[in-house]
Amino acid sequence: MYSEKVMDHFTNPRNMGEIENPSGVGTVGNAKCGDIMRIYLDIDENHVIKDCKFKTFGCGAAVATSSMATELVKGKTIEEALTVTNKAVMEALDGLPPVKVHCSLLAEEAIHAALWDYAQKNSIEIEGLAEPKKDIHEDDEEEEY
Amino acid sequence: MDKIIYLDNAATTRTSPQVVKAMLPFFTEKFGNASSIYQMGAESKQAITRSRDIIAESLHAKTEEIYFTAGGSESDNWALIAAAESYGEKGKHIITSKIEHHAILHTCRYLEKRGYEITYIDVDEDGMIKLEDLKKAIRPDTILISVMYANNEIGTIQPIAEIGRIARENGILFHTDAVQAYGHVPIDVDELSIDMLSASGHKFNGPKGVGFLYIRKGVKIRAFIHGGAQERNRRAGTENVPGIVGLGAAAECAFAQMDERMEKVSKLRDYLIERIEKEIPYCRLNGDRIKRLPNNVNFSFRFIEGESLLIMLDMKGICASSGSACTSGSLDPSHVLLAIGLPHEIAHGSLRLTLSEENTMEEMDYVIDAIKEVVDRLRQMSPLYEDFIKQEQKQ
Repeated sequence: MYSEKVMDHFTNPRNMGEIENPSGVGTVGNAKCGDIMRIYLDIDENHVIKDCKFKTFGCGAAVATSSMATELVKGKTIEEALTVTNKAVMEALDGLPPVKVHCSLLAEEAIHAALWDYAQKNSIEIEGLAEPKKDIHEDDEEEEY
Repeated sequence: MDKIIYLDNAATTRTSPQVVKAMLPFFTEKFGNASSIYQMGAESKQAITRSRDIIAESLHAKTEEIYFTAGGSESDNWALIAAAESYGEKGKHIITSKIEHHAILHTCRYLEKRGYEITYIDVDEDGMIKLEDLKKAIRPDTILISVMYANNEIGTIQPIAEIGRIARENGILFHTDAVQAYGHVPIDVDELSIDMLSASGHKFNGPKGVGFLYIRKGVKIRAFIHGGAQERNRRAGTENVPGIVGLGAAAECAFAQMDERMEKVSKLRDYLIERIEKEIPYCRLNGDRIKRLPNNVNFSFRFIEGESLLIMLDMKGICASSGSACTSGSLDPSHVLLAIGLPHEIAHGSLRLTLSEENTMEEMDYVIDAIKEVVDRLRQMSPLYEDFIKQEQKQ
């Protein structure tokens, strides 16, 4: 079901853990749907993401997308990090099964939420960053009978 | 770990070698159509009759009350749809439970769209149907009660005798989906006042794609598949002779060894339950402790999600299943776990282990150690666990 890359990031997640006194932290998703992602950022005075960690409650794809997302933004500037889309995360993982695409959206949102938190804490505005949605919820598809 | 430890016998079982052996001649040698007049056809017919006899006897039913089908889902669909149509003039109300298999629940939804009214009875926190609610739900136009014998996820065995009595006293047909129970626990259709019963071969070491529906004599049920006189005109189509032979052989074997198997498997089950409860914090046993299938273990582990758990167990050679949404392809966790009152996030972290007599104590020890390790690892990754621990430290 999952690509080798997804399995690799699920079984050996990169950057799993917490950052004490993070520059920004964002938590998205909800337990009802079975996915919660939290991203911690350590950002220096030059707006470079020096460190990035995650914690995730969710399926294999949720863990793998969190792991890959942290890899993709680490060492980047805030502006560069904002260009890391869910598509980029998916591509880096060699794709996801269609029902798991929402996991990659969650990863993008989690990074945005952490950046938003950083902006709030420092009273700055980051161009192109809007207040993130707290929750990503796909519409349930009605089954035909 | 090279060896696979198979703990998903509620999903399907290994077809036992002796069952396969019994089936094989009916593919390549005795392949005659049971409706044909010559000797080879007659041999197929005899083989079918023998299976029918074995199954009838196992339920204390009559031979002519057993109808072979392509499995549990077909049996469930047939029982509900045909009963609804046959008794539709008497009324259009059907009672079932909230924790039925989708073969029942989706068929009920189908009937609802065609003018039938369905009452879905609640279950308690152990998954036991509320008998008082069942009695209250009965109306003059109730034509059918369908309640599963034992639940496929949490293993709870329903009070079938009481439900049967209530149905009988009220002149209502009683169908039970016994897919998880038949071949595992003794069933007597007369003692339990069962009018229709669904079962499936591959749940008790028989082949896939074959099952049966028991229909009590006198129950009016129209044909479901049209086009031939097979199965007393009620289920057309050339009989799946090898499958039916395999079903009979599996039933014979299951009933001959039922007591010792139940004893052995329930010992493994109780050992698993005891050690998991003792050694893994923040877990909950789902399903009734006593009235429970001998082979079913179902736990929820807080702060973790089921699919991750399954993948990690798979990497350790353990085949299990979960009621997590991610394993069902929808966003909602199992309807059974929600019906017993579990919050969504706890339902997502469920693990079902269903045993067979081929499992050993050594395997149970390995499995428990693996679960402990994986649960701990996933909790270290979980923001829910992090929040919980921080909350605990504050207090």
